[in-house]
Amino acid sequence: MADITLNRLAKVYPGGVRALSDLDLTVRDGEFFALLGPSGCGKSTLLRTLAGLEEATGGSVHIAGQDVTALPPGDRDIAMVFQDYALFPHMTVHENIAYPLKIKKVGKGERAAKARETAEELGLGHLGERRPGQLSGGQQQRAALARAMACHPRVFLFDEPLSNLDARMRLEARTFLKKLQRELGVTTVFVTHDQAEALAMADRVAVMESGALRQVGTPTEVFRRPASTFVASFIGSTPMNLLDGELVAGGGAVRVSGRELPVPDGARAHLKEGDEVVYGVRPEYLRWSERAVDAALSGTVSVVENLGSAHLVTLECDGGLGVQVVVPEEHEPAVGARGWAVPREDRALLYRDGELVGATPAEVPA
Amino acid sequence: MAATTSSAETATRTGEQSPDGHGGEPERDAAGLGRRRAAAFVAPALVLIALFLVLPAVWTLYLGATDYRLTGIPAIDPAFVGLDNVTKALGDDDFLHSLWLTLLFVLGSAVIGQAGLGFALAWWMRERTGWLKTTLEALVMLAWILPSSVVAFLWIAFLDRDGGTLNTLLHTPGAAWLLDHPMLSIIVYNIWRGSAFSMMLYSAALGNVPASHLETARLAGASGWQQLRDVVFPRIRGHVLTNLLLISLWTFNDFTPFLITAGGPNGATETLPVHIYKTALGSGELGYGAALSFLMLLINLVVAVVYLRLLGQKNKARRSGKRKTAARGSGGPTDQDAAPAAPHAEAPAAKEETA
Repeated sequence: MADITLNRLAKVYPGGVRALSDLDLTVRDGEFFALLGPSGCGKSTLLRTLAGLEEATGGSVHIAGQDVTALPPGDRDIAMVFQDYALFPHMTVHENIAYPLKIKKVGKGERAAKARETAEELGLGHLGERRPGQLSGGQQQRAALARAMACHPRVFLFDEPLSNLDARMRLEARTFLKKLQRELGVTTVFVTHDQAEALAMADRVAVMESGALRQVGTPTEVFRRPASTFVASFIGSTPMNLLDGELVAGGGAVRVSGRELPVPDGARAHLKEGDEVVYGVRPEYLRWSERAVDAALSGTVSVVENLGSAHLVTLECDGGLGVQVVVPEEHEPAVGARGWAVPREDRALLYRDGELVGATPAEVPA
Repeated sequence: MAATTSSAETATRTGEQSPDGHGGEPERDAAGLGRRRAAAFVAPALVLIALFLVLPAVWTLYLGATDYRLTGIPAIDPAFVGLDNVTKALGDDDFLHSLWLTLLFVLGSAVIGQAGLGFALAWWMRERTGWLKTTLEALVMLAWILPSSVVAFLWIAFLDRDGGTLNTLLHTPGAAWLLDHPMLSIIVYNIWRGSAFSMMLYSAALGNVPASHLETARLAGASGWQQLRDVVFPRIRGHVLTNLLLISLWTFNDFTPFLITAGGPNGATETLPVHIYKTALGSGELGYGAALSFLMLLINLVVAVVYLRLLGQKNKARRSGKRKTAARGSGGPTDQDAAPAAPHAEAPAAKEETA
């Protein structure tokens, strides 16, 4: 069907700004794929280059094996949903949905039927004669989706599909979009700056920074084993603890803030004594203890933030190092109390020069 | 305050709308001045308007009903002639001819020329930056802001028969543009002169067309013309009408062609303002000239009313759309289907409180 292959895709704006630098990427057929990154990382440029709204300055884009690099947007058989939905205010919902069909010269009766059917599918059946201005945000989004669906494109592109919705609607829409994408089975690429959104919806995520791919993988892979300290700090609703450390004699432990922590299994073979490393562990993967434990970070509690079902505790270690720990609700510590944080050994990671130590080739993009 | 708002919302939602559409709230002026003080504030402006606009218009109306002349007996003792001047004008070939020329001038130079060229320039400049755009913009603006007398001289020099710039450029020495193509000359002149306004107005209007709308059309495969028709024009319709209204009236009343051709040759460019000027001041028939002026005013009014009607239809459609949205949006954040249920949902809570 329709897989997307990027081959050394580059985009340099006149004036020398390099928005995309030689990207290689394959989005599989039927996949729900997220482009994630901070603003200005090139994710929107990449999406727009896929759409043909921006011209690539190097490399190629293939959709279903066909080279579309030089094709105008209208000939690529793709549909895009914009952040502001881009519904035409002077047309009714039905007319909006039928618009691409009208351009493709589908007969009047047929496209009206198609528009009604698609609107019905997305629960807009009773709103067909309304104008976009008379719809709620969620309804507008569904109308925009219906317009994208109506002409059965090979690929969907969504630009920040949820960012114009309020927080509650966003969760609903997230579930709705994921279900819809699964049912339609159309290859879909979406752009977001919200890591939670990317993890929740996508089958695979590409994390971008400065026009380059930093990691491509399933949400689980990207969350558990970030390939670099950039990805580690970007992914996760509470950022990963990244602590400077040094390998002690024998290479079996890392000294962090005066405490010795065991070296994770996968990394041991790649390190030698005296190496300066960054010890990474997520707050969720630190076990809280009120009694002294070996191979744990220790300090005094400086801040306790309530997360609802748990607490985010900031532990001030000896030497001033701050470590965040997620503590279950029944163990809420008092500020100023002494505490120990025990890392889960199979979830701790080591970074050297910003890169994951012992990463498999699949984890590091070419 | 909150109570009034919510009751107004409920009224709208349940359809008990009062005829004035304000949900029964008393009408109040925005500044809270009261009628008398508000009147005092606008009085000076009204006096000026009355003195310099209404009075001359009424005076013209009066003069138009007399045989007032610059010279002779009627100059001292004008006689009242009623509608004679108007009936004379309607049967006067010179007047009808100049009306026809004015129509050509307005259609050719304003409605088609300035609006068309202005839109083309605005569309072309939409996504462009750089020296070419800046230069072009500056040149177009310059044509607009130069004083008429200067511009008229420049065009006489440009179109001059012997050694005019155009003849030099085209290698057509001796071509008498103002004699052979007088109407075309002043139409082209006026397009050049006035396109800046349309360009600026359309530039601002096009800035309001979201890029995503054009891109959606492009992704659907719409051609440039289809994008204009389906996305751009429906969105800037109000701007187009406003622009056409303004430039039509300005061009209709424009006197500058007189400075270039003096209405000639042989009346070939004698548009209405020129015709009236020649009649009233050239031939001294002030009464007849005033009657012609009044007819011109009437035509202006008709043109304005037609445009305003068209504009009004658009605004009405938009307002009614907005009101419906407001009524629906007040129900809940997402689904207006839930809105009618809301009052019922509140009832149990109130009961609990009393218990």
